[in-house]
This record gives sequence, C-alpha cells and structure tokens, in this order.
Amino acid sequence: MTAAVERNTLLRTRGSAHSRDRLEARSGVEGSAGSAGAKRPLVEIAGLSIGFRHANGGTPLVRNLDLTLHAGECVALVGESGSGKSLTARSLLGLAGHDAVVEAARFVIDGRDALEFGERDWRALRGTFAGLVMQDALVSLDPLRTIGAEVGEVLVHHRLLRTRKAIAARVQQVMADVGIPDPAQRARQHAHELSGGLRQRALIASAVAGQPALIIADEPTTALDVTVQVQVLAVLAERLKQGVGVLLISHDLSVVAGIADRVLVMHDGVVVDAGTHDEVLTNPRHPYTKQLLAARPSASSKGYRLGSARFVGVSGEGQPVEAQPAVKAAAEAVSIVREPLPPRHRDTSQTVLEVQGIGKRYRRPGTDSKERFTALEDVSFTVSAGEVVGIVGESGSGKSTCANIVLGLLEPDAGDVRLLGAKWNGHEVRERERTTLRTRLQYIPQDPLSSFDPRYTVRRLLEESLFTQRLSKPKTMERAVALLEQVGLSAAFLDRRPPSLSGGQRQRIAIARALAPEPALIVCDEPVSALDVYVQAQVLDLLAELQAKLGTALLFISHDLDVVQHISDRVLVFKEGRLIEQGEPEQVFGKPVHPYTRLLVSAVRGSGAAAKALEGAGVV
Amino acid sequence: MLKKIIVRLLSSLLVLWLAASATFAAIHALPGRIEDVLAGDLSYPGLREAIAAQWGLDHSLGWQYSHFLVRLLHGDLGTSYVMQQPVTEVLGSQVWPTVQLAVAAGLLAFAVAITVATLTAGRGAWSIRIASVLELAFTSTPVFWLGMLLLILLSFQWRLFPVSGAAGWRSLVLPAVTLALPTAGVLSQVMREALEQALDQPFVTTIRARGVGELALRVRHVLRHALLPVVTLGGWLIGSLLGGAVITEKMFGRPGIGTVTLNAVMSQDLPVVLAVVLLAAFIHVAISTLLDVAYLFIDPRLNTR
Amino acid sequence: MSSSNPARRELVLGRDTQAGTPVQAARRRKFWPPGVIASVVFLALLVFALVLPQWVTHYDPLVSVVTQSLQPPDAAHWFGTDRIGRDVFARVIYGARYSLLIGLASMLVSLAIGLVFGIAAGLGNRWVDEPASRVFDVLSAFPSILLSLFVVTFLGQGIINIAIAVGIAGIPKFGRVVRSRTQLVRRANYVTHAVTCGLSRRQVFFRHLLPNVLSAVPVIATIDIGAAIIAVSGLSFLGLGPQPPTPEWGVMLAESRDVLRVAWWPSVFPGLAITLTVIAFSVLGKYLQRNFEGRTQ
Repeated sequence: MTAAVERNTLLRTRGSAHSRDRLEARSGVEGSAGSAGAKRPLVEIAGLSIGFRHANGGTPLVRNLDLTLHAGECVALVGESGSGKSLTARSLLGLAGHDAVVEAARFVIDGRDALEFGERDWRALRGTFAGLVMQDALVSLDPLRTIGAEVGEVLVHHRLLRTRKAIAARVQQVMADVGIPDPAQRARQHAHELSGGLRQRALIASAVAGQPALIIADEPTTALDVTVQVQVLAVLAERLKQGVGVLLISHDLSVVAGIADRVLVMHDGVVVDAGTHDEVLTNPRHPYTKQLLAARPSASSKGYRLGSARFVGVSGEGQPVEAQPAVKAAAEAVSIVREPLPPRHRDTSQTVLEVQGIGKRYRRPGTDSKERFTALEDVSFTVSAGEVVGIVGESGSGKSTCANIVLGLLEPDAGDVRLLGAKWNGHEVRERERTTLRTRLQYIPQDPLSSFDPRYTVRRLLEESLFTQRLSKPKTMERAVALLEQVGLSAAFLDRRPPSLSGGQRQRIAIARALAPEPALIVCDEPVSALDVYVQAQVLDLLAELQAKLGTALLFISHDLDVVQHISDRVLVFKEGRLIEQGEPEQVFGKPVHPYTRLLVSAVRGSGAAAKALEGAGVV
Repeated sequence: MLKKIIVRLLSSLLVLWLAASATFAAIHALPGRIEDVLAGDLSYPGLREAIAAQWGLDHSLGWQYSHFLVRLLHGDLGTSYVMQQPVTEVLGSQVWPTVQLAVAAGLLAFAVAITVATLTAGRGAWSIRIASVLELAFTSTPVFWLGMLLLILLSFQWRLFPVSGAAGWRSLVLPAVTLALPTAGVLSQVMREALEQALDQPFVTTIRARGVGELALRVRHVLRHALLPVVTLGGWLIGSLLGGAVITEKMFGRPGIGTVTLNAVMSQDLPVVLAVVLLAAFIHVAISTLLDVAYLFIDPRLNTR
Repeated sequence: MSSSNPARRELVLGRDTQAGTPVQAARRRKFWPPGVIASVVFLALLVFALVLPQWVTHYDPLVSVVTQSLQPPDAAHWFGTDRIGRDVFARVIYGARYSLLIGLASMLVSLAIGLVFGIAAGLGNRWVDEPASRVFDVLSAFPSILLSLFVVTFLGQGIINIAIAVGIAGIPKFGRVVRSRTQLVRRANYVTHAVTCGLSRRQVFFRHLLPNVLSAVPVIATIDIGAAIIAVSGLSFLGLGPQPPTPEWGVMLAESRDVLRVAWWPSVFPGLAITLTVIAFSVLGKYLQRNFEGRTQ
C-alpha cells in the first residue's frame, strides 16, 4: 500500500522541485560509477513476450526474453531484421505500439513494475530515465527545428530546468560533452547542415540531455561510414564510463565488439545465444549463431563457399549442424570447415578494361559559385580477363562515379577509358558505335528492383537482355531457362513479377540478366549490401562460381572490406576521389601502407586504436 | 537565397506578362474585325469611334499591344461598352462583398481543416474513416447544390438565415459556409495526409521517446510539417475561392464581382470579363509568389548553400 | 553445393529480405474495397442508364403534364415532378448522358493536350521544358472557372463550347503530372539499364519510357473526370451550356431554384446524382492510385 502511495506521489510531483532534485542528484552519481554490482539493476526482465493481436497469426513476435542491465554496463542485442530486437528495445520505453500485447513474468524498470504503467507513467520516464538513439539522425531529428531545440526539448518538456538561459547553457554543455565542436553555432543549425558523424552525435546529445540512467541505441551506427561509426561508438563508451547503462542493438556482431559487456543473439523473437562477445564469437551454441558466424566473409574464407560453412568440434567429426546438441557444457574450441570454390582463371595478358587518369568534377549544387567538387582525380587501373577487382571506399570516395564512367553513363572530364581495346569515352565516340560493344559490359546494381521495369515479368526481363542477340523465340526461351538454372532458380520463376520475390531472388535474377549477353566484364555496385548475412553468403558464392566457370571479369564495388577481401583478386582503395592504394587483398589489408587504409582496416577490426588514430588524423 | 527569391519574382512577372499577352492574342485571334467583336450586339452612336480610340485600332498591331500593356500597368482596365462606364467603376463598387465572402470562406475552411486533420490523423481507423467519408462528400459536391441544400434546411425549413442579399452578417453565413465546405474538404484531406506521413517518420519516435504526449506532439511538432503542403496550395486556394464566389453569388443572389462577371459573359461584354480574368490572375500569381517565398523561409532544408 | 539440405538451412536462418517486418505488415490497413465495389456498381448502372434509358424509366423527360406539377415523390413518380409536371426521375436518368459525356469530352481535351505538352516538357531540354511549363503556369494562373468563363465569352454558349472551356482549364493539371512522371521515369534505373543492354534511344522510349508514363494516365483521368463533371454542371447551372428543356443535371438545378421554397425534390435529386457520380469516380481513382503506387517505381 505504501509503495503504491509513494509511486503516486512521485508522479504527481512531476514538474516540481522533485524533478530538479532528480537532475542534481544524478549528476552527483555520475562520478561514482563502476560499482554496478552492488546497485539494483536498471532493467530487470524475465519471460517477456510481445505480440500484436492482428499480426503473425496471434503468435508473439518476441518470446520468453530475459534481460538484466546494470548501470555502467553495455548489453547488446544482435540479430537480423525481423528478429524482434528493435521491438524489445522499444518496449522498454513503452513504445512497442499502442496495439501491442506485452506480457512478462517480471518486467521491472527502475525498480518499478512496468506492467502496471499507464501512458502517464511511461511518459514520465521517457527522456528522464531512458533515452533513445536511433539510426540515421537525418530522419530521426525533426528537420524543421534547430539542433538546439531538439537537444533541449527533454529539458523543456519535463521542466527539468526553468529559465531559457539555463536550458541554453545546458544544451551547449551536453553538445560539447558528446564532442560537437563550437556548440553555440551548431545549436542554431539544422540537422541537414551537419555532417553524418556530427548529426549522430547531436542525436545522442538529445537523448542524454535529461541525464538518463539508460541509453537505448537502436542501430546507431548503421548507414554511417566505418570511420564515423568508431567515433559514435566512442561517445557511447564515454557515457558507459560515466555510469550510464547502454542497450545497444545491431544486426552486425562486429560492431558491438569493442563496447558490449554482454551479447544476446536473437533470432525469430527468441534469444538463442548469450555471453560476452568473445564467447559468442568463439563458442556459439545455437545452430543459428553458428551459421551466422560461419557465413560471414573474411580473409580466411577466401576461395571457399560461404554458404557451405559448418562448425566442427575438436573431435574432428563433421556432423551436420542440426545433429549437434544445442547447449555445450564446457567451452570447446570449434573450427569452421568450408567447401572450396572452383578455381579461377585469370589471364593477365588480356586486358578487358583500361582506365587511365580519369577525373570528374561537379559544380556544387545550390550555389552559383565557381567552386567545383572533385568527384574523381587521376584514377588509373586495369582489369584483366577473368579477374575480380574490388573497389573499396567510404561514401564520397568516388566509387559510384567511377562505376558510372566505366559503364559509359557519365563522361569523364579528363582521361581515357578503353573497353576491350576500343575507346570508350569522349565526345568523338558516338553512342551508336558504343551500342555494339555495350553487351560485353553489364551491370549489377545494389537495388535490383529499381532497375527492373515495374511492368515486366522475369521472362520479359531476360528476353530484353537477350534482345541484341536476335535469337528466335524458342531459342530465347531456352536461353532464359538455362540462365535461371545457372543462378539456382527454376523455370517456374519466368512468370513471376520481381516485387513478389525476396531480395536474394531478385539479386539472382539481376545476375542472370547480366550474364545473358555473355559479357566480358560485369560492374557490381554494392550487390550484396542490402542483403542479410546468409543470403549475402549465397549470392557471393553464386557470383564466385559463375565468374570462375564463365571467366567473366568483375569490377566489385563495396564499402564492406570483408566482402571485398573474400572475393577479390586485387583491391583498389579510394579516398575522396583518389586511388590511394592497390594490390592483393592480403597485402593491402594485412600490411596497409597508406595511413587512411590503416585507419579503415583498424576501424573494421574494431580495435580501440582506431579511435585514437582518428583523433590524430583530425577527422570529425 | 536572395537569388532564389529574385528568380521566383521574375518568373511570376513573366507569367503575368504572358497571361496578359495571351488574353490580348485571344481577342485578336478571333475571326471578324476587332470593333465588331468588342461591340458585340451593341450599336449606338459614338461606339465605334470610342472603341477605335481606346484600343488604338488605326495603329499597328505592335503599337496596340504595347498600348494595351501600358494601360494595364496604369490600372486602366478599359471601358465597358455595354454599361458605358469604365470597367474600374463597374468592378469597384462590387469588389467589397466578394472580398468579404472569399475571406470569410477561406478562414472558415482553414479553421475547420486544421481542427479535423489534427484530431483525426494517426488515430484509430474509425475516426479516419468518418473524416475521409465526409471529406470525400464535400469535395464531390457541386458548390451550388450544397448552397441549395443549406438554403432548404436553414432558410426555408428553419428560417435561420436570409435567402439572399447582402445585408448584415447573417446573409454572409450561408454563402460563406457553402463556399468554405468543399475547400475545407480538400484542405483537410491534404493536411491529414501530410500529418500522417509526418507521423510515420522516425523523428516522431524520437519525440515520443522524450516523453511528449500525443496532442502536444501533433500541435507543436507535426503540424508544422503538415502546413508545408498547404502553403504551396495557397495560390490554388485563392483561385478556387474566387471562382467559387462567382457561382455562390449567383446561387444566393449576392451582389459582387461574380454577378457582374456573369452578366458580362451573357451580354458578351468582353472588356469586363477580360478585366476580371486578368485581375484574378494577378491576385492568384501575387499570392502564390508570396507564399512560395515564404516557403523558402519556413523550410530550412531549402536554405542551405 | 554442400550435402546438407540448403532449404532446411534457410528455415533455420530463414529471413531473406521481405517487404517490411511483420509489425509493419500488420499495420497496413485497407480502407476502400467495399466502397470500390459500390462505386463500380454505381458507375455500371450509370452507363446502363446512359445507353438504355428507356429500359430504366418509361416516362419521357421532355413531356410535361402541367396538372401534375410539383408532385412530391410517390409510387408513380419516384423523384416527384418538377414545376411543369415532368418526371424528375426520368429527367435525371436521361440527363446522365449529358453530364457524363460532356465531362468525359472535356477530360479528354485536357488529357490530349496535357499529355503531349507534358511528355515533351519532361523529355526535352530546357528550351522545350521552359516554354511548356510557362504555358501550364499561365493557364493555371487563372482560376479555372473564370478561365472557362473567358473561353465561353469568346466561343459563345453551347455544349461543345463548355466542353472545350472546361478542357482548356484542366490542361495544367494533366500537363504537370505527366511532366513530372516523365522526368521520373527518364531517370529511372531500368531506363539506364536498357541503355546498357544495347537498346537504341528510340527503342528505350517506346519500350520503357512511354508505357511507364502512360500507365499513370488512367489513374489521373479517373480522378479528374469527377472535377470535370462538376465544372461542366457548374457552367450549365450558370446557363452557359445546354439550354432548357435539356435534362442536364446542372440545368435542372438552375430550374429548380425558383421553386426551392416549396419543393425540395427537383433540386435534391439531380444534385445527388452529380455528387454520387463524382464520389464514385474519386473512390475508383484513389483505389487505382493506391494499388498502382507500388508499380510506379
């Protein structure tokens, strides 16, 4: 009875001196973090289940979840899309959705029973007890309001501070805390005026302005460049040190490596594996986690099929995955066994593509100034027959521009491009002359759906790419079916429409279409970036197999170093329009020469050294 | 930024100039001699001479054209031969009732639309359904029929409001409501869709995660987003109100520009129709331009260099 | 491939990218299907009335029986009679062809001209785009009713003239939508891809560009025809279109004004006919739009 009365008093006095006390009290706590064990946990959940009445046939989307989080601790929820991790995180703020059915054996937040919470109670703790950081600050912050208004909103709404001056001062302080330089000026700007990294920090600032005890970060680094990811995670790590608890959600296990104390792997609404990051990495218990880890491309997987990977116990028996017991009593060393891919035939004497000193400049949009933005400068490389050349770089590095120039869709301002010995660029070369050669050069895009005419069936798509071969109708059909079989799809797919297919299937059709005219070179622009790990593995295997069999050269563009390392014979590293390093992947990634490459590699490997290197390089 | 404003202003001036020229060309493109066209069925002494003098018919076409433009710039809208008065006099006396009507209807439409949109966006399916049905009904109803229905109910059955005339505020109510409802329907639809789109955005989750309640969320944050498309609609809105005023005035027997225009159309009094059309175009373009410039200031995303 | 069953494995690891998570899929509600069915049925009946009005009613819309004037709706006259004793129901049925066909005609005028200008503007370089856009701007600078009135002043009154007048006023709407769609399609990835397949510009235009632009036209047309019908009946109401005793709905409304005080049925039913027709077209058009939204890009 007394507890209930206490709780009600708590709520009724919101906005009064009580809140101010809370703000001050917490800042006192900040210094004395670390003794997490003795304190009561911030969040204590057992047997959580979240479902929606009208979805999924009534089955809950999250089942039987246990989660405990203490101050100063970082717990990571890792899983693929649809695994229920975001839903779990949102439920900690009561934001699972107003039609969500949340049940649990125990659901205690900040010592109170959250199952009893009404909307008022949730609103009271949002922003003050827990803050939410989401993906992509560009759409997660109100684009019409200034950064300062966004960061200060928690303070204003919960009346944590009274005067405008106090709020403004606090806003600037928080912004400086998360590492935003010149906060006074930035506070007057809007989200789109800041760079990606700064924006994300501003988003974090808006979540921590109320000094919450818990930060819930839902994919905070996705869609950011690797070097920026490191910075953002460093900001979260700082907060951890100050005694704030962090719940980190990601689809990528490697992202949470340096920061998470504990990792929970989720699949299909259930937690399938738990432990520290290293434990999960080296000793996965559930078949799902095993496959997930085994299917990731890396240096060791090169030359092997990713999709065929299996975990094998110390005893050396190659048991099929399903037969292994789900739980192992002791931590056994496990290794991964993979099947090899067919060998490649590179013919370095035959040059398929020759790029010499190309450059491209754009006028900066929005201004009439003479200022020109250099997309590419003096880039030269060659691709030999049957070779896979990987291009790696962050956003703005010029890889897409390079791809467009190679494809003949863009004219370079300088330099030459030669395809199979013939001049490919320049205004003297007329489109008609290029048309005949075009079929020897094909393209696989990141989002295949947008490159399919929305009215077309698969049949018509394949027919179109066989168009220039001028085969008879029955022959064209034969070829189309053969192509589908090559990419592992049955002839039944001919009459399907791409929007009804899954991402992996669409990409296979894009590959089939690209192979149809038997090209000498295929430009692949981030072909697997939008796919989940396992599907990505299958598509990479397919590409590698077909490439080896048909001897097609590939120009493979990606921001993911692991993928590029897995598949390429040679690697080109782009930075801000320049080609700064090239060579064999083992060389470039194993012993990088250029400081930027070193930065890139260490950022991916997730070591703390990366953050220090960044500070040294002055990258913001 | 300044450059954008100047470009917009120039573009509007261009459109106005083209509009005036188009009307000039239309008059001269008709078969028959220009005096006959302008005189229509009339014939009284001095008519032909007056027309020739005013339109400069004994000069070259180019001269006539520039004379026409100069006249417009001076605000001289020509002379109505049917009424034997300068057009500005004909219109001037009738402007006020129309302005009253248009402004009243506009404000009413806006108020209704905001309230409905704010209250129904993102709520349960039922309120959205009802609102959608009502909006659909009001935008599909011809404005004159709506007026008739209101007359039947409120004037004849219940004797609440007068049937016609322009005396006092009571006679403004029915015409204003009649004119406002279809417009409110469109505005409400647009605003609600914009609100719902905005409510689907990730930043709304961030705002909710700060503890802001649903009503405060809509009013303080999302409404701004919903008003953006309305700003771009503003020009259309004015045009629609002016056009609708014509029909409403006829419907309710109210004096105003609409009545004048209709009489002019019936009697083929070209100068008056011409003047009204150009005036309406001017107002429309002026307000659209103002709103577009305002939009540049309101939406910070357009502000970047 | 490996020996273990790949299909089984996919079950374990499952998720390939699908259209939205289960939560999002659950939230998508459809509002219109029963309304769409009603609209289609209504329009079908209307077309029937258009083609075979004599099967719907045995009364002649033009015959007036003065002794029967202003009868309220009853078993003999479902919609009552008007001031000079004509059966209102018959007049509404026979009037369908006027309102619908004139509305259709004006929509086609807007469509034809707007389409040509719109595609030209969307495809062409600045020298084509700018003038075309200015044409649209000028036309839309005049409020549509006033523009129609202006055209009627020139052309005179009559059925064909109001069709042209309303058609001209509707050009900017079509033109702008077609123009932006053409620009969108022109930049689409599948158009780029067709170029890389070795197709000539002419082939790309006819195989991809034109069909994908035209596929959006029926939707706009359906939504627009409602507005056209309102505009046409509005001009008829003002006395500029068909003249009495033609049973066009707008004309009927104008005629009913005189007896509004004593009889509601000569005005309510024709107006209801207009409203329901426009609603039916709007509902159908919005439904088509919603269902083809995913197909556009």
